[in-house]
Amino acid sequence: MSKKLTYQIVVLFLLAILLSILINNLSINLSRSGLQLSFSWLLRPASFALAENPLPYSPSDTYAWALFMGWLNSLKVILSSLILATFIGVFIGIVRTVGNSVLGFLAAIYITLIRQTPLLLQLMFWYFVAFLGLKDSIFMPIKGMISISNKGIEFLGLSLSSEFSALLFGLSVFTGAYIAEVVRGGILSVSRGQWEAFRSLGFSEINGLFKIIIPQALPAIIPGLTSQYLNLAKNSTLAIAVGYSDIYAINDTVINQTGRTIESFIILLSSFFLLNLLISNLMEVINKITLNSKKI
Amino acid sequence: MEHIVSAKNLSKSYTKGLYALDNISLQVDEGKVLVVMGPSGSGKSTLIRTFNGLEAFDAGELNILGIRIDASHDERRIRQIRKRVGMVFQQFNLFPHLSILENIVLAPVQVQKRLQTEAEEHAMYLLAQMGIATHANKYPSQLSGGEQQRVAIARALALKPELLLFDEPTSALDPERVNEVLDVMRNLAKQGMTMIVVTHEVGFAKEVGDQVLFLDSGKVIETSTPNVFFSNARHERSRKFLNQIENK
Ligand SMILES: Nc1ncnc2c1ncn2[C@@H]1O[C@H](COP(=O)(O)OP(=O)(O)O)[C@@H](O)[C@H]1O
Ligand SMILES: [Mg+2]
Repeated sequence: MSKKLTYQIVVLFLLAILLSILINNLSINLSRSGLQLSFSWLLRPASFALAENPLPYSPSDTYAWALFMGWLNSLKVILSSLILATFIGVFIGIVRTVGNSVLGFLAAIYITLIRQTPLLLQLMFWYFVAFLGLKDSIFMPIKGMISISNKGIEFLGLSLSSEFSALLFGLSVFTGAYIAEVVRGGILSVSRGQWEAFRSLGFSEINGLFKIIIPQALPAIIPGLTSQYLNLAKNSTLAIAVGYSDIYAINDTVINQTGRTIESFIILLSSFFLLNLLISNLMEVINKITLNSKKI
Repeated sequence: MEHIVSAKNLSKSYTKGLYALDNISLQVDEGKVLVVMGPSGSGKSTLIRTFNGLEAFDAGELNILGIRIDASHDERRIRQIRKRVGMVFQQFNLFPHLSILENIVLAPVQVQKRLQTEAEEHAMYLLAQMGIATHANKYPSQLSGGEQQRVAIARALALKPELLLFDEPTSALDPERVNEVLDVMRNLAKQGMTMIVVTHEVGFAKEVGDQVLFLDSGKVIETSTPNVFFSNARHERSRKFLNQIENK
């Protein structure tokens, strides 16, 4: 068994002990004041509607199912933002490092602008200005292929709500700026000699970048990328600001209806713990693969 | 006959008023070996790096294998030059994430669009010539400095260059490893390869060099045959420099 895994298990074990002590404490306190820690309400009908649900859902379904829809909605926006942010970040990071001076300057402005303003404000911008500000079907370059309007994005039969789209763009553009800096740092960590070597062998800049520089930059990029992905997952809870039904927003509704604040927060925390564990372990696997494919 | 390398009044300065290259002119003919010497900071690296466009210059003109470049640093012409000129660096600069064989094969396949199998055969032939065929599947970090530098030479040769540039190829090596690299270079010279070599190896310069060019503060102080340069240098500055490297 790897040292890392042992370490993870020990930490998880300690956390479980700590948590059970806390919960025990809590339930003693709760029962003293006549309340009981209970999860049985999860099986009662939620009786609220959801704006979007990846699986069939109606108000007569249980709270548990409603929360699961929220978790899936979170997962959906996190994964798609993660992919889009990576593309933006890699592109901007490269342009910033090796692009001509005009492109490099524009990339630098984008990074500064995004990093100097609060994410909440940016999400509001994407929702209220960029999407809701649009008229009906204002942008239809190829009829039936893609349309962007105040109802969201329609793309080849795939329809994305304006809430989802605003969140997707907001999170991706925001995280992309940070990923760009991670990518830039990784590229700069590769010695000048490697650039000179591929140039003198007649490689084009772009070919050399992808064949020689990026593979060597990956070990420096992946840890930074992981922490940006984790930040993205956490930042996705700002979905509530644009009215997207993510796990946090649905939890909020559930608390309002049931008054089960403590239980709901336990559910919320474990959902995110699970999600982030998923992301960091996935990145760990990717890291292993890239490290194994190169012997430095 | 046209020169392989011809430089006319090359000048370059990194910082205002300070010339790294100061009005340099020189020629190298086919099959000849030019040795470049000079104190540290005299501009040797800057000079040799202009010959394959790694370094741009401010004024003057270069003609490499019939391709003319000037201060405008035309990227297309420079890539044409790089496909026909090999370079070997002081720090080897092998690609650490690729095996020895992959290091050598990558450019022939990617840049010259040669067949993988043909490029690999050629690479194995070159490695055998360098006496390191058994290392083909190792990675650069598993090789000694002398072996890495011989791989770097094989990598440059894999493109079948018409001119080879060496920037202090043995300066980063342990003394007992210097000769294994110089031997390879002696062989290349014997086979008629045109070479420009920045080095302080006097024995090598005497044996292999056709001309020695001595640089100081970005200026050519003298260009002489090794015979004249090492026994009867014409300039005071050259003699002073030779005294210094002899006493090392
Ligand atoms: N990238 C650079 N930026 C500024 N000055 C440089 C740079 N490269 C070299 N120089 C300067 O140019 C001069 C010549 O350097 P170089 O060609 O490396 O000399 P050599 O190879 O003979 O030691 C030195 O004064 C050096 O400090
Ligand atoms: Mg030098």
